[in-house]
Amino acid sequence: MSTNGENGNGTKFLNPTPMLDELEKGPWPSFITGFKKLAERTKKTMLRGVMDQLEYSYHTKMGYWKGGLVTVQGYGAGIISRYSMIQDKYPEAREFHTMRFQPPPGLHYSTKTLRTVCDIWEKYGSGIIATHGQTGNLMLQGITEANVQACFDEMNQAGWDLGGAGATVRTGTSCIGPARCDDSCYDTLGMHKKVLDHFTGQVHRPELPYKTKFKFSGCPNDCVNSVMRSDFSVIGTWRDDIQVNQVEVKNWIKEYGMDSLVNNVITRCPTKAITLKGEELEINNKDCVRCMHCINAMNKALHIGKDRGVTLLLGGKNHLKVGAMLGSVIVPFMKMDTEEDMDAFIELAEKIIEWWDDNAFDHERVGETVERIGMKVFLKDVGLDADPNMVVQPRDNPYFKTPY
Amino acid sequence: MSAMTSATTPEKVKRTYKTKESGPHDFWNELHPVVQKNYGKWKYHENPRPGVLMNVAESGDVLYTVRAGTQRQNTVDNLRFICDLADKYSDGHLRFTIRNNVEFLTPNWENVEPLIAELEQNGYPVGGTNNSITAIAHTQGWLHCDIPATDASGVVKSMMDELITEFRKDDMPAKVRISTSCCAINCGGNADIAVVVRHTRPPRINHDILANICELPKAVARCPVAAIRPTTVNGRPSLMVVEEKCMYCGACFGACPAMEINHPDHSTFAVWVGGKNSNARSKPSAMKLVAHGIPNNPPRWPEVNDTVRTILTAYKKSARAFERVGEWIDRIGWKNFFEQTGLNFDENMIDDYRHARTTFNRSAHIRF
Repeated sequence: MSTNGENGNGTKFLNPTPMLDELEKGPWPSFITGFKKLAERTKKTMLRGVMDQLEYSYHTKMGYWKGGLVTVQGYGAGIISRYSMIQDKYPEAREFHTMRFQPPPGLHYSTKTLRTVCDIWEKYGSGIIATHGQTGNLMLQGITEANVQACFDEMNQAGWDLGGAGATVRTGTSCIGPARCDDSCYDTLGMHKKVLDHFTGQVHRPELPYKTKFKFSGCPNDCVNSVMRSDFSVIGTWRDDIQVNQVEVKNWIKEYGMDSLVNNVITRCPTKAITLKGEELEINNKDCVRCMHCINAMNKALHIGKDRGVTLLLGGKNHLKVGAMLGSVIVPFMKMDTEEDMDAFIELAEKIIEWWDDNAFDHERVGETVERIGMKVFLKDVGLDADPNMVVQPRDNPYFKTPY
Repeated sequence: MSAMTSATTPEKVKRTYKTKESGPHDFWNELHPVVQKNYGKWKYHENPRPGVLMNVAESGDVLYTVRAGTQRQNTVDNLRFICDLADKYSDGHLRFTIRNNVEFLTPNWENVEPLIAELEQNGYPVGGTNNSITAIAHTQGWLHCDIPATDASGVVKSMMDELITEFRKDDMPAKVRISTSCCAINCGGNADIAVVVRHTRPPRINHDILANICELPKAVARCPVAAIRPTTVNGRPSLMVVEEKCMYCGACFGACPAMEINHPDHSTFAVWVGGKNSNARSKPSAMKLVAHGIPNNPPRWPEVNDTVRTILTAYKKSARAFERVGEWIDRIGWKNFFEQTGLNFDENMIDDYRHARTTFNRSAHIRF
């Protein structure tokens, strides 16, 4: 199916890329095959330059992109500028900027919308699109600065806006939530849209100590990995009883067996909250920590509770510079059904971001700031009460101050 | 990133269009009509076969999802082809997952098998659901990033070529999430198994240009162990690194491109296991380092693949149902993990950084 890019007979557009060609072998979809087809069809010289430079990187084991400052009018973020450091060698790779666009929450697309993006992008840029970036952006990769404003204007007219980059509120991510999932405790997609709309100014203009991210998971399965991938991890939950359908419990036992119920469900409850009474399950909801395992395993028989809301964790971030941090609870429960509920969340988020902006060092994530200054001071400053759900254990040293 | 003056742009027509700061693209009209009708009113789900989900609404409506792997670094051509399939089989609606798979959503069971056939015929493997090894989270690498020590899409392609059988099936003990990252920042994220670059030398400083392209105080402040100091070299202001303090994180390189951390031979891979973000059964956990010094060998990275395959083989053999990699290790213990995988536990795996003590075994619980 694929060619090796050799320019032997003069009719091929691309230069030889023997190292990259190795990545056309094998059953997984090959991005190199995709690039080659695109380049041969469109004859865009940027693609040839980028593939030449990538091949060179594979030989030297070094990268050759440097950043700069490319933006659209009124914005200070959202375009990742890339200039080749070896333009003399590969002038066709001189500029290869990426435009980050905020996709529909849940990454849902109609073909009409996606085709519109493809058409606009082919007109102005390379034709390479990453679905999606790790934070959640749709990434249009490869455009020159001269085309950026016009491309943005057409995308903006089609309902698209740039995502965050640098010291901004970043693009959010939401799980599929109410668009398919029976475990979804709140409207993840709606909340994502509302919160990111609210912070739009801070997405587009960098004014914060560093980046901050919101991610919205509908239940404690946390399918968008918010606990570690976001500063503000919004995890759906419920505070009343798991709903038990004992008829379906019996059906489950018929299908999977009693030993499976014991070995894979009852004994796996982290707080031993499930007991068996004959063929009926009894859940001690006071002991339940909403881990989702039994519901995952028996989704027809067990269902999330009715009094739903969210748990908010703060401070997740990746390795640089202090190691990965998982977010920790700062609000055990808040309702998230109405506009007013979401407004209350936004108000709290604003307070936290303001506190962080006032107190953080440059390049310090909010979790690191809280660690440096202390949770006690943080909670007082943003007006949150101490709650046992915030800790695994109370302190085991006596060194704290009380007013006198 | 240092500020570079951009190329002069040609005379432009005065812009009359006014930007709408519209935030995330609207989602409601992107949803399939069956999804809109049953929004927030789903009852239960089943798994008819690997790569296919079935969700049943309270109304009785049924929605099938067919999931397939993609390159992630797609082109307008293959996205248009995916749109063709969506128009043909899923009423013009699709979505993507956060691990870069594509999903086609349809209420019509008759569409499922033909869609699977067309996807597979055109090189898009169907799978990635439930207890599969799903597609690998990754970012940009040499294709686009300004600080990468290696490539991203290339490593993932070579790994998924080997793991595609487990992508298409769903018979691992539990779901397996893998990520790759091209520098120590770990953009790929916390995962059951993660392959992450680790630098092994301090940065190499270009004193001739540093003061021209970097903000010195910013780079000094960036270092988490205060290893960077101002200095003068050949009469120019510059920076120096106290090499005994440096632990090669590369944060300074992000602040100052004149402090090159990447090296074709000295930037190697570390492998981490046991990351888990879900709350099911056990609490979320950060991943732990179990191998390092693995060579960075494009274009196929065979050493990385060997290490990952070794871990997965041991995991599949001895883990129980519903045990994620980290939970499996918690049960069998680290001693048994290193024995069963044949990986080498060395002194570097005993933490000596910020929260070291919390990782020590403060008990007499021993495994023999």
